[in-house]
Amino acid sequence: MGKATGFLEYSRKENPFRDAGERLHDYADLHTAQGTEERHCQAGRCMNCGVPFCQSSFGCPLHNLIPEWNDLLWRGEEREALERLTETAPFPEFTGRVCPALCEKACNLADDGVTNRDNELYLIEKGFAEGWVRPRLPRERTGKRAAVVGSGPSGLATADLLNRLGHSVTVFERADRAGGLLMYGIPNMKLPKDIVARRIRLMEEEGVTFRLNTEADAEALEKFDAVVLCGGARKPRSLNVEHMDAEGVRFAVDFLSETTGKLLAGEDCNLAKGLHVLVIGGGDTGNDCVGTVLRQGCASVTQLEMMPAPPEFRTAGNPWPEWPRTLRTDYGQLEAICVQGSDPRIYETTVKRILTDEQNHITGAETVKLRRTAEGKMEPIAGSEQTLACELMLIAAGFVGCDRKTLETLSLIADGRGRLMPEDSSHYLGGKLFSAGDMRTGQSLVVRALADGRAAALEADALLRRA
Amino acid sequence: MRDRQYPLYHSEFEHENCGVGAVADLNGRATHRTVDQALSIVERLAHRAGSDALGTTGDGVGILTELPHSLFSAWAREEGILLGQPGEYGVGMFFLPEDEVGAENACRIFEQLAAAEQIPVLGWRNVPCHPAQLGAGARSTMPRIRQCFLRRPAEVKSGLDFDRRLYVLRRVFEKQDTDTYICSLSGRTIVYKGMMLVSQLRSFYDDLQDARYASRMAMVHSRFSTNTFPSWSKAHPQRMLLHNGEINTIRGNHDRMKAREETMRSPVMGEEMQRVLPVVAEGGSDSQMLDNTLEFLAMNGIPMALAGMILMPEPWQGVERETPWRDLYRYYATMMEPWDGPAAVLYSDGEKVCASLDRNGLRPLRCALTDDHRLILSSEAGVLFEENAHIVRRWKLKAGDVLEADLGTGKLSESSEIKTRYAKQHPYTEWMRNLIRLQDLPESPEGQAAPREKELKKLEKAFHYTWEDVQDILRPMAENGTEPIVSMGADEPLAVLSKTHPSLFDYFKQRFAQVTNPPIDALREEIKTDCSVYIGDDGNLLSGDPENCTVLELPSPVLTEEEFRRIREIRHPAFSVRTASLLYPVDGSLRDALDALFAVCDAACRDRINVLILSDRGLDERTLAIPSLLAVSALEQHLIRIKKRTAVSVVLESGEPRDVHHLALLVAFGARAVNPYLAHDCIRNLCDKGAIGKTEEEALASYDKALCAGVLKIASKMGVSTLQAYQSAQLFETVGLDRPFVEKYFTNTPCVLGGTDLDRVESDSRFHHAEAFGEADERGLPAVGVHRLRTGGGAEEHLYSPETIHLLQQAVWTDDRALFDRYAASIEKDGPRTIRAMLDFRFEACRAVPIEEVESAASIVKRFRTGAMSYGSISQEAHECMAKAMNHLGGKSNSGEGGELAERFGTELNSAIKQVASGRFGVTREYLLSAKEIQIKMAQGAKPGEGGHLPGAKVTESVAKTRCSTPGISLISPPPHHDIYSIEDLAELIYDLQCANENAKITVKLVSSTGVGTIASGVAKAGAGGILISGGEGGTGAVPLSSVHHAGLPWEIGLAEAHQVLCRNRLRQQVTLETDGKLMTGHDVAVALLLGAEEFGFATAPLVTMGCRMMRVCHLGTCPFGIATQNPELRKKFTGKPEYVERFMLFIAEQLREIMAKLGARTVGELVGRSDLLKMKADCATDLSDLIGFARNTHFQPEKKFDFHLSERTDARLFQNHVHLMTTDRAFGTMLKGDRNIQALGCGGQSFGAFLPAGQTITLFGVANDYLGKGLSGGTLAVCPPADSIWREEDTLIGNVALYGATGGYAFVAGMAGERFAVRNSGAWAVAEGVGDHGCEYMTGGRVAVLGPVGDNFAAGMSGGIAWVLDENDTLKDHLNTGHVRMYPVAPDEAGELERLLILHEKATGSKKAREILDAFGTWLPKFRAVISDEYLAYLRKGA
Repeated sequence: MGKATGFLEYSRKENPFRDAGERLHDYADLHTAQGTEERHCQAGRCMNCGVPFCQSSFGCPLHNLIPEWNDLLWRGEEREALERLTETAPFPEFTGRVCPALCEKACNLADDGVTNRDNELYLIEKGFAEGWVRPRLPRERTGKRAAVVGSGPSGLATADLLNRLGHSVTVFERADRAGGLLMYGIPNMKLPKDIVARRIRLMEEEGVTFRLNTEADAEALEKFDAVVLCGGARKPRSLNVEHMDAEGVRFAVDFLSETTGKLLAGEDCNLAKGLHVLVIGGGDTGNDCVGTVLRQGCASVTQLEMMPAPPEFRTAGNPWPEWPRTLRTDYGQLEAICVQGSDPRIYETTVKRILTDEQNHITGAETVKLRRTAEGKMEPIAGSEQTLACELMLIAAGFVGCDRKTLETLSLIADGRGRLMPEDSSHYLGGKLFSAGDMRTGQSLVVRALADGRAAALEADALLRRA
Repeated sequence: MRDRQYPLYHSEFEHENCGVGAVADLNGRATHRTVDQALSIVERLAHRAGSDALGTTGDGVGILTELPHSLFSAWAREEGILLGQPGEYGVGMFFLPEDEVGAENACRIFEQLAAAEQIPVLGWRNVPCHPAQLGAGARSTMPRIRQCFLRRPAEVKSGLDFDRRLYVLRRVFEKQDTDTYICSLSGRTIVYKGMMLVSQLRSFYDDLQDARYASRMAMVHSRFSTNTFPSWSKAHPQRMLLHNGEINTIRGNHDRMKAREETMRSPVMGEEMQRVLPVVAEGGSDSQMLDNTLEFLAMNGIPMALAGMILMPEPWQGVERETPWRDLYRYYATMMEPWDGPAAVLYSDGEKVCASLDRNGLRPLRCALTDDHRLILSSEAGVLFEENAHIVRRWKLKAGDVLEADLGTGKLSESSEIKTRYAKQHPYTEWMRNLIRLQDLPESPEGQAAPREKELKKLEKAFHYTWEDVQDILRPMAENGTEPIVSMGADEPLAVLSKTHPSLFDYFKQRFAQVTNPPIDALREEIKTDCSVYIGDDGNLLSGDPENCTVLELPSPVLTEEEFRRIREIRHPAFSVRTASLLYPVDGSLRDALDALFAVCDAACRDRINVLILSDRGLDERTLAIPSLLAVSALEQHLIRIKKRTAVSVVLESGEPRDVHHLALLVAFGARAVNPYLAHDCIRNLCDKGAIGKTEEEALASYDKALCAGVLKIASKMGVSTLQAYQSAQLFETVGLDRPFVEKYFTNTPCVLGGTDLDRVESDSRFHHAEAFGEADERGLPAVGVHRLRTGGGAEEHLYSPETIHLLQQAVWTDDRALFDRYAASIEKDGPRTIRAMLDFRFEACRAVPIEEVESAASIVKRFRTGAMSYGSISQEAHECMAKAMNHLGGKSNSGEGGELAERFGTELNSAIKQVASGRFGVTREYLLSAKEIQIKMAQGAKPGEGGHLPGAKVTESVAKTRCSTPGISLISPPPHHDIYSIEDLAELIYDLQCANENAKITVKLVSSTGVGTIASGVAKAGAGGILISGGEGGTGAVPLSSVHHAGLPWEIGLAEAHQVLCRNRLRQQVTLETDGKLMTGHDVAVALLLGAEEFGFATAPLVTMGCRMMRVCHLGTCPFGIATQNPELRKKFTGKPEYVERFMLFIAEQLREIMAKLGARTVGELVGRSDLLKMKADCATDLSDLIGFARNTHFQPEKKFDFHLSERTDARLFQNHVHLMTTDRAFGTMLKGDRNIQALGCGGQSFGAFLPAGQTITLFGVANDYLGKGLSGGTLAVCPPADSIWREEDTLIGNVALYGATGGYAFVAGMAGERFAVRNSGAWAVAEGVGDHGCEYMTGGRVAVLGPVGDNFAAGMSGGIAWVLDENDTLKDHLNTGHVRMYPVAPDEAGELERLLILHEKATGSKKAREILDAFGTWLPKFRAVISDEYLAYLRKGA
C-alpha cells in the first residue's frame, strides 16, 4: 500500500486558482497545475482504506479504483496509475476539471480528503503529454452497429465503451461540434474546448463515427442494431412571470453556448459588456454565468437564489460521507467579490416581475423575498418587493427533462418528470432502444452521466451479443 | 463416522492426552513390587487423566507387563492345563463382545484360525474382575474379558519369532472379526486395561493385586480423552506402546504407510507379510496407528529403539553440530517421514523397555535410577516418593532422545550411545552418496521466454489473478520476503456463497492445533523445522540397502524455472520423467479431462515412469486448465487406489498457485514440488517496470522464500515442523464442497456444508477463461476486493460495507433505533450471504407472546461481552470506553492479552474479563484477582495457531508498564501456551488460575473448526466454567493475510457442533457456551442462541460504534480514528463514547426481544439450542441441515459446575510453616494468604508456587515438576536438592517451562532445570545451575543467571532482560539463537547485579556452586557471558 503515514505528513493542497485579477481577462483554464513531487505527496496521503468510501456509492459513481491508482501515483508508477484510472474512468480530462469530486467528500480524511480530482487530471494530462494515451482499438469487431444519439457526457461514454467492446458506433449530434454540454454548456475556462476536441479526435481514431449537424430520425437509426438515446435534459426550467419573451431575458445554457461559439470562432464575445446582469439560480450554471459575464465586462452581476443560504458547516442531518450541503463559493462568485467587493448572491429571493421598456427590452426586475412554510415550501413575503436594474437576465433555474423534438422524432413518451426512465430502472426502452444520462435520469452531474452511459453500453452490448 | 442423532459429531476428531510411567528392574528380577510401583505411578497421576461428567467413568487406564508366569502357571495347574515354562506359551488378552453368543463365536473363530496357523490353543481364562466398581458408562460397554493361552509350536523359537507368528494370527483374526479387540497377544508381554478411573485399575483386576503377579518391567498410562464415550480399546497401553501426546501428521502417515505396502518387501516375513496388511488398521486413534507401525517394524526385526528413531527422528536437519548418526537419519528420511507431534512414548517387547521423545520435546519424561538398579520413568518426577532416598540419578529425556533398558543384560543405554550403535550398523555415509541433491544436477539454462505484458495479463486473468493478488500479495512477498501482514479479520462470504467465482483453493480451510496439541513457532524454533522434500521411489524400509536412498532431495518444495527444468531433464538411471498436460479443449469437459489424466498416469506407471510432471503451460483461448489443486489431489487419490503412490512422485508446473495458502494446499494434497511459473513471470514483469526495487533474481528469491516459509508456518500451526511430514497430510478441511466430490477427489478430507460440485468448479474456471480470452476490450486485472473492499462490478461483498458502517454509526451516534433497524435490514437484504443470513426463524410454528412479557433488554445485555482487544493493540481511550460501557450495562468487557493498568482494577474502568494468552503479558496476581472471569485464549479467530508480534514502536511507556515490559522493546506472543501442550496441561492451567482467584469463572476461548466440539468436551472435562467458540472471521491487529481468510470456520458451524457434542457427552450443563465472530444484528444473536449459545461477544461492531471504519491499518498503528494506535496525535481523534457502545448493545437486545416474542419465548434461557426453530431460506446455496437438525434446550446449570475441591488443598489451611509435599500437591502455595515463609519437603507437583505474590517465600527441599513459578508475581521460590539422598550436579531438579510469564520475584534453583526455563519471563530474577533447550525464550525482562550447561536454542525471541551464562567451556555460542540477541562480556555495572543475585541464591539454597563462584568472583566473572538483545541494549544505554 501507499505511504502509511502520508496523511499525517502532508496536508491537502489543491491545484490553486490563477489570480482572479489575471484570469478575469481571459477564458483560459482557471487552475494551475502543481509539480510532480507535490502530486506524488498528495497521492501518498491516500490511506488505502479497507473500506474506501471514495469509490463506493457515497463517492464516485464510476467506482473509480481510487486507492489503487493513488498508490501507484505515490510510488511514481504514473503510467500504471493512468491505466488503472482509465479502467473505470472514460474521460479523466473532463472529470478531472468539472467533477465536484464526491469522492473527496466521502474520503475518510473528511474535510481534508485526498485531492483525487487533481491527481486524476495530472495523470491524464501527463498521459497525453507523454503519448501514453493512444488510440485503443478493440481486438476484433463484432460486426454489430450501434447508434448513440447525443454527444454529451453520457453519449460519449456510451459510444466509447460500445466501441471498445467491438461494436461499430455512430454518434449523432445536432450541433456543429461534438461534446454537448461539455462543448457548449460548460465555459471554456472550466473545460477548455481543445480538451474536448482532443478526446473527440481520439475517439474518431479509435473508430467512432461522429455525424454532426444531424438530427437522428427513425430512418437514420433504422440500420443500427442498437440505439442509445443520450439527448440530455435540455429543456430549461422557465420562470412563471410575464415578459419572459422580453429582449435580454435568456436561458443560461443558450447564453453560455453562444459565448463559447463566438470564442471558438474567434469572434468578439462580449455579450454582456456594460450591462447590469441578473442571474436567476444559485447553482453551478448560475456561477458559470457570473464568471462569464464578468469576463465580458458587465456593469454589475447579481445572482438570485430562492433557497436560504446553506450552512457553513455540515449539519447533524447531513453527516459525512454524504455530499455536504454547505455554502460553497465558486470561482465566479469569488471573481465577483474581487470585482464588486461583495458576494453576488442574494438568497431567499425570486423574480416577481420583469420590467421592460417599449421595445420589450428588459430594464429591470421586481424581486420578492421568500420564506419557508411549515410544509417546506417557499412562499413570498408580502411587502418585501424591491426593484433591481437589469439589462440581461440569465435564467439558470435547472432543467425539466429532455427536449420534445427528440421524443417526437422517435415517437417516444417521457415520464412525468420528462425522463425516458424504464420502469425497471434499467436502460432498456424496448426494441433496440436504450436511454442514458440526463435523458434517463434527469439533470445530474457529468460523472453520473458517464457512469450511466457506461451502464447503458453494457446493457446494449448484451443485446448486441444476443442478436 | 457420522451420527444421525448428533449430525456434527465426528468420531475421527477425538483426541487424547495423558500421563505415562514405567518401572524396569535392571537386575532382571521379576517382582510384584515393580508392578505395584507402576500402578502407584499411574494412581498418582490422577490429575493427568480424565473422567466423564459424573466423575465415575474414567477415560482409560492400563498396564503393560511381562507375562506373570507364576500367576498363570498356578491357574493352569488348577485347570489341569500344561502351560510349560516361560517362553513356551503365549497369552492373548481379549475384549470379547458383551453377549455370550458373540463372545463364544469369537473364541471359536480364533481357535480355528489358531489351529490353521498350527498354534494350539491351550485354554481360555475368564479374567477375574469387578465390574460393580465401574462407572455406569464403562459398565454398560464393558466387554467380556478373557485370556487365551496358546502353545508355542516346537519349531518356532521363543521370543520374537513366536511373537511374529502370533502377530500374523492376530492380524488375520482382526480382519475377520471386528467386534473383538485383542489388547495383546504375545509370548512375552500382556496388557491389562480398561475404561476406568486410575484408582480402579488395581482393584478391578484381581490379578494385579496378586503377589504372584511379577514382572521385570511394567508400563502404565492414564488417559485423558476429549470425549467420554466409552471406548475400552482406546485405553493404553497399545500392544507395544503407550503414548502421551498426539501425532499431528497422522492422516499423511497413515496414507503413506498404506502406500508403502506396495514397495515394502520383508526379508524376515517374506510372503507372510501380505497376510498382515494393511499394517495400520482403519479407524484407530493416532496412538494405535503409531503402535501398529512400530509393531510392524519390530516384527520385521528392526530393533525397538531404532524403530523409535525412524518414526520419531531427532531434528537432525537444523542442528549444525555433526553427529555420527546424522547419515543414519538422512538415510531413513528418504523412506519415512516423521510422525510429527508431541510425544512421550514408552514401548517394550518384554525384553527391552524403550522411551522416545518428540523432536520438539513437548512432553515431559522424567527418569530416575535407584541404588538397586531400578529405572523409574514418569511424566512427573517424584511420584514414587518412597524411593526418594534410594535415587542415585535423576534426569529427563530431551527432544529427540531415545532410551533403552535391556532387561536381559541389565544395560541402560542412552541416546547418543544408541544412535551411535545403529549408525555403525551400515556405512550410511557411503550409502548417502546415492542421494542426489537438486543443486548437484547439471544446470539447464535455456527456458521459455517470459510472456509479453499483454499475454501475461491474459494468463493472469485466466488463472484468476486479481489486482489485489499482484499488488497486495505477490509484490510485498517479492519486496520483503515475507507474507503481507493485515488486520481486522474477514467479512466476505464463504467461497460457496460468493458470487465472484472463487477458486477451488478458497473452499479449503487450514487446520490448526488447539488444546490437544500445540502449534510450533517455526520462526523462533527454526532448528526444529525442515523444508526438504524428496522425489523418487520410497525404497524398501524393511531392508538396509544403499539403493533405498537413491532419491532426489529438494531443499524446498518451491521450484524456480531453472530448478524445474533440472528435474524435467534429469539423466539418471533411477529417474524416469514424463510430463502430463493439464490442458483440455474448451469444448471438452473437466470430468473427461480428469479421466484422461488418470489414463495418462496409468500409462506412465506401465512405462515405469517415477516422476510425473503436471503442467498447465501453454494455456490459450482454445484450452482450459484442470484446476491445479484438483489435478494434484485427484491424481494422488488415484495413485493410492492403484497402489502406485510411492512409485510416482508428482511435480506441478502451474500458473495458478501464487500465495502460501495455495502452495500449502498443493503440498498437503500430494505435490512433491511446485513451480509457480506465472507468479514468477508476474514478478519479473513488476521488476521490468521498476515496480520492485530489486533485481529479478533477488525478487524471485524473496518470493520463493516467503512461499516456503509461509507453507512451513501453516504446517507449524498444526504442530508440524517438517514439510516432508506435512506432505500428503491433508491438514485442511473443506467448507461448501459436496461430500461425494470431496470423497472422490480429496478422500478423507473433513467436509462441512456442501453446495459446490465439479460442475460449479468447472463453470467458475470457465468464467475466468472467458474474462481472459473472450472480451474484445483489454482491461486490467479485476478489482475483486477480497480483503480490502472494492465497489463496482465483480467486487466481493462484505458485511462491513460503506453503507452498513454509515448506518450503524449514525444509528448509535444519534440514538436512532429506526436507523439501526435500517442498518440491520440492509445487512439482511444487501449484505453478503453468510450462514446466519441463510437461516430464518420458524415463526409459523410458534405462538407469539406480547413483547412486554419478554425479558428486558437491560437483562439480556448482561449476556453480552465485548471482544478481547488488548491495550496496546488499541488505544487507552478505546479500551476504557468499552470497559466503562459494559460495566454500566452489567455486561463484560475483555482486557485482551495485554494486561491492564493497575489503577483501573476495581473501578468502573476495570475489565470484568481478564485474558490469559500465550504471551502472559501483564498477568500478575493482582490482575487475576481483579477478574470476574478469566479467559484462557487457546486460539484467535483471525489467526488460530499463530502467535503475535507487537512491534517495539507500539510499546509506549504506558503499554510497557501494563505489559510488565520495557518501552520500545517488541513483544512476541508465542504460538502455543508453553504450559499447554495437551489437554491435561490445560486442565492444570485452569486449576492454577482457579487457585489464584477462587471466585472467578475460568473460561476457554476456542476457534471454530471441525472437531471443535470434541475439544470443547475435553475443555469442559478439564474443569472450565465456560467455553467460547470464536468464529474464524474474527478481527485482529496484525496477522499474515492467508490466515485471516483461510483458517477457522464461521462460528455457526463450530457452535452447533460444540453444543451437540457437549450434549452428547452430558457436559453441556457444566459450562456456559459463548460465541462471537462478526455478530452484528439481533438476527445474528438469535441464530446463535438457537444454535446453542447463551452468551454473545461483539468486537468489530463496538469498534465501529466508536468510530472505526475498517481502515484495516491496525498493524501500522496509523488508525485515523484514534482506536488502533498509540500515536498521541491520532489518539486525539478518538470520538467514541461509552453511550455509543451501550446503545449498540441495547438495540441488539431490543431486536432480539422482538424475535423472542415472535418465537413465543419470554426468557433467553428457554431458546438456547432450539435449532428446530430455524429453517433454511429458499435460496440457500448450501446445505445447513446438519446445523439445525438438532434441538436440545440445554444450558448452563450452576449446580453442575465442576468442583475442584479447593478447600481440601494443603495450602488452603496451612497453619505451620513446615509442610510435606507430594506430586499431587499441584500449584502449591497459590492459595496461601498473607505474608508467609514456608519450608517444604518432598516433591513439588506441577505449577509449584504459581502466581506467588510478593511477601511469600517458599523453599522446597526436593525435586519439582513442570511450570514451577508460573506467573510468579513478586514472591520468592527456592528449590534445593533433597538433603536425604545422593545428589549429582547434573541431576534434573525441576521440570520444564519454569517461570513462564513471570512478572516479578525471585526463583533460585540449585540444580538443573528442564526445557524452556524462564520462557516469556518479564520481570523475575532467577538462577538455575543448568537449563535445557529453549532457555529464556521470548524473555522480555528480568535477569536470569545460569551456572551450568544450556541446551539448544537459548534466548530465541528474547527481546529484553539479561541472561548471564557461566560459559566455562566456551560452548554457549553453539547453543545461542542469535535472532534477537548477542553475547557480551558482563559489563562492570552488571557485575554487581550478578554478584548480588548469586549471594541471594547461595543464601536461599546453600548452593555449593554459587559458594564456589562467590569465593573467587573476580576470577569467575570473565567466564560469564551476558546475553542481551540489541533493542534492550539500546534501551539500557539510553537509560544510562
